[in-house]
Amino acid sequence: MSGYRKNPVGAHYGLLDWLLQRLTAVVMAVFTVAAAVCLLVNAPASHEDLRALFGGSLLRVATMLFLLALFYHAWVGVRDIVMDYIKSAALRLGLQTLVGVALVFYAIWSVAILWGK
Amino acid sequence: MTTAQKTRPAQYARPKYYDLNLAHLPLPGLLSIFHRISGVILFFPLIPLGLYILQDCLGSPAGYLYWKSVFALTAVKVLLLGAVWLFAHHFFAGLRYLALDVHVGIGKPAANASARLVFALGIIATALVAWRLW
Repeated sequence: MSGYRKNPVGAHYGLLDWLLQRLTAVVMAVFTVAAAVCLLVNAPASHEDLRALFGGSLLRVATMLFLLALFYHAWVGVRDIVMDYIKSAALRLGLQTLVGVALVFYAIWSVAILWGK
Repeated sequence: MTTAQKTRPAQYARPKYYDLNLAHLPLPGLLSIFHRISGVILFFPLIPLGLYILQDCLGSPAGYLYWKSVFALTAVKVLLLGAVWLFAHHFFAGLRYLALDVHVGIGKPAANASARLVFALGIIATALVAWRLW
């Protein structure tokens, strides 16, 4: 069958993003199940409880890991959606920039929340 | 490459038929579009809102008590349940996609059954949180 033959080449970061979206999903799923079980068993009932809960490094690091996974996952997902529905290149680039800047800001904000006073 | 394939003359308008009624989608299709919509809403406004509330609650006893009083309101509880459903649906639909990625549940009957399961689990998870809230 003779037809149009295309040799697809590219930067290949699409495959990495595809894979990372799934890996970050697994990280978040594990954290979510653990958090849901903890909250069902013993939910913090006061500000002091909450402070004590986040007093140790373990939960801070785990929460930060969850949030970083979330931000990367959101980057891939929102970028896919923007690429699917926004046809104007200028608007698409503008939105992607806005989303990227917002996510980097969220990451810095998360560190401030978890480790700040 | 044949000439016919190289140039496709647009002598006549190609037929277009967009069925945009979500109710006409098969269940896996409905699951998919809700996975997208829930993803967008989780990204905005729920990520910044969640971070803001966490910051307030960890920041001071007054902040904690403020948000405790806000979440005591029935209207806010209903909104929270909406957010919980979005998260739960995105969560379970995502797990289903992970299974499909490793070729588990491929095939029309299995895909329909798993889509049904995802919707059921989303509702059960939301109901569980509702029970804890009231």
